[in-house]
Amino acid sequence: MLIKSSVKVAFKALGKNRFRSFLTMLGIIIGVVSVIVMEAIGNGSSADVNTRISSLGTNLITISPVSARSFGVSQESGTAPSLKKEDADILISEVSSITAVSPLVRTTVQMKIGNKNVRSSISGVYPEYFAIRDLEIETGSIFTKANEKKFDKVCIIGKTVQNNLFSSVQDPIGSTIRIGTIPFLIIGTLKSKGTSGGGQDQDDIVLAPYSTVQNRMLGSENIQQIYASAESEDVVNTAVTEIERTLRNKHQLLPSSPNDFTISTQLDLRQTLNTVVNTITILLSAVAAISLLVGGIGIMNIMLVSVTERTREIGIRMAVGATGFDVQFQLLLEAVVLSLIGGITGIILGLTTAYLVSAFGGFTTIVSVESIILSFVVSTLIGIFFGWYPSRKAANLNPIDALRYE
Amino acid sequence: MEAVISVKNLFKIYKMGSQTLAALNDVSMDVFPGEYIAIMGSSGSGKSTFMNILGCLDVPTRGEYLFNGESVISKSKIQLAHLRRDNIGFVFQSFNLLSRTTAYDNVELPLLYCNIPASDRKIKVEKALISVGLKDRMNNTPSMLSGGQQQRVAIARAIVNNPKMILADEPTGNLDTRTSMEIIQIFQLLNDEGITVVMVTHEDDIARTSKRKVVFRDGKMHKSEDTNDRLIATEQLKLLPKLEEVII
Repeated sequence: MLIKSSVKVAFKALGKNRFRSFLTMLGIIIGVVSVIVMEAIGNGSSADVNTRISSLGTNLITISPVSARSFGVSQESGTAPSLKKEDADILISEVSSITAVSPLVRTTVQMKIGNKNVRSSISGVYPEYFAIRDLEIETGSIFTKANEKKFDKVCIIGKTVQNNLFSSVQDPIGSTIRIGTIPFLIIGTLKSKGTSGGGQDQDDIVLAPYSTVQNRMLGSENIQQIYASAESEDVVNTAVTEIERTLRNKHQLLPSSPNDFTISTQLDLRQTLNTVVNTITILLSAVAAISLLVGGIGIMNIMLVSVTERTREIGIRMAVGATGFDVQFQLLLEAVVLSLIGGITGIILGLTTAYLVSAFGGFTTIVSVESIILSFVVSTLIGIFFGWYPSRKAANLNPIDALRYE
Repeated sequence: MEAVISVKNLFKIYKMGSQTLAALNDVSMDVFPGEYIAIMGSSGSGKSTFMNILGCLDVPTRGEYLFNGESVISKSKIQLAHLRRDNIGFVFQSFNLLSRTTAYDNVELPLLYCNIPASDRKIKVEKALISVGLKDRMNNTPSMLSGGQQQRVAIARAIVNNPKMILADEPTGNLDTRTSMEIIQIFQLLNDEGITVVMVTHEDDIARTSKRKVVFRDGKMHKSEDTNDRLIATEQLKLLPKLEEVII
């Protein structure tokens, strides 16, 4: 039988039972839509995670002291008094693969302005810290090296602090905020960075020159962290090795003794989060694949019913000269047409749903071409696979038995 | 002259549990080109089984069947399908048209399995429909046609592929006298053009329109005789009162 007339016959046969054909296709449609949407959400989240990590600065290297031990009991990490400002200063001159470095000291104090007050932390950092951490100024400006030298009482506040202390119409720049007991002049506000991957509010901060916080508020030489920025993501590992060597020299550690600091980078975090996202994507895809399978079984069911219902028609076709192959080809074609229409509708609906999810659902979605091709191929294969048995059954009918079938 | 159909010692045996039933019991017969045979017999006499085997829709349990000198028994399912397609036209008692499919599409059906281009198919289908007088009804579905018209569509389908032989299983069984005669008239015209017709019937009047009558009894060929007082449908129709055809 000619392909063109076969396709025509297939469409006619499906058209005779529109509602049934639609219900059958619905299985495939739902399957394909879920595959595409799940894939899109998976890809979107993965990209989201990557941008978030990039916003932390992918070349970011953090050095912290190890935990202190007092009478054999380990305290929380970062408590050992092993890092000093000089450690930070030596790194920028000795380690060639890092471009910027900043120490960080932090203390949590009460802050107030007028009749409002809030408890938040103030961090003392170098001006380079803004570049290292990718912090952007919304209004005003950052402090300078000069402020740092002169122990100036200036600060830059994060969005959360700003919202807690000022109304939305007030301009914080130029106001004086009392941090602890010391009045600071607000010279800038930060753009919001949202919550970190760990769920911390990254906007609940106040930044001031390192020298100011260290000398005027803390009085201790120990620092909590050193932040450094590698030249690029590729040299992060080299930088880590160099930093380790430099600090071990500086701290005069014996080859046998362990590091008294820990170095961490964003690479591990990125890898871990990507693994998690991939796992979730696979899980979602598995669910979607199951619905495709269920859709396929639906097709098989309908084709079986169709074969039984059209036994007489098959007999007539055989009587006028159709071979078993002709009959099988026709029924298989119907199954494939059914699943293909389902597949294409599914792809269109999937794209629409993915768009709607990103527009209104708050998820980032990225539809991959692969997922479209995959669903197209899979839906065709489902048609062939699940159409095979019923069509084979029809092809093997004896003409006279088929004709006599009531 | 070589026989179109030559069957020798044909058996068709059905087994039902421990019982065996010989629907055909040692039947031998030759059908020559241009013959018009009526096969008669009471129900259960094996005449339909015989027709189905002649039409290659069913296979005998034992025996020899030559179609145009070639053995049918050894042919594959596909070869049998091609034999039916190219040589045999079927007409059934219950018409066996595809419902919800137009007369045109029903007639076109055998051609779809022959790789004939659409333009040629159109010519053949229209020719077949004209020869049964239904050209103006070709876009009607079976439910819009009367029984006689449906049977004429079935005949058009049977002849569209220029078969050597038409096999008709009680073609007038569901029709009134006048319509029956009209159908027979078409068969007689086709037979005049050289197509061999084998027809099962249990109506004497219809059997008398044939050239030869074969009677089956208990799976055996009981009698085979030439029709002496053959009825010509065209003349019979003049004697019958004219009825308005009822269109359902």
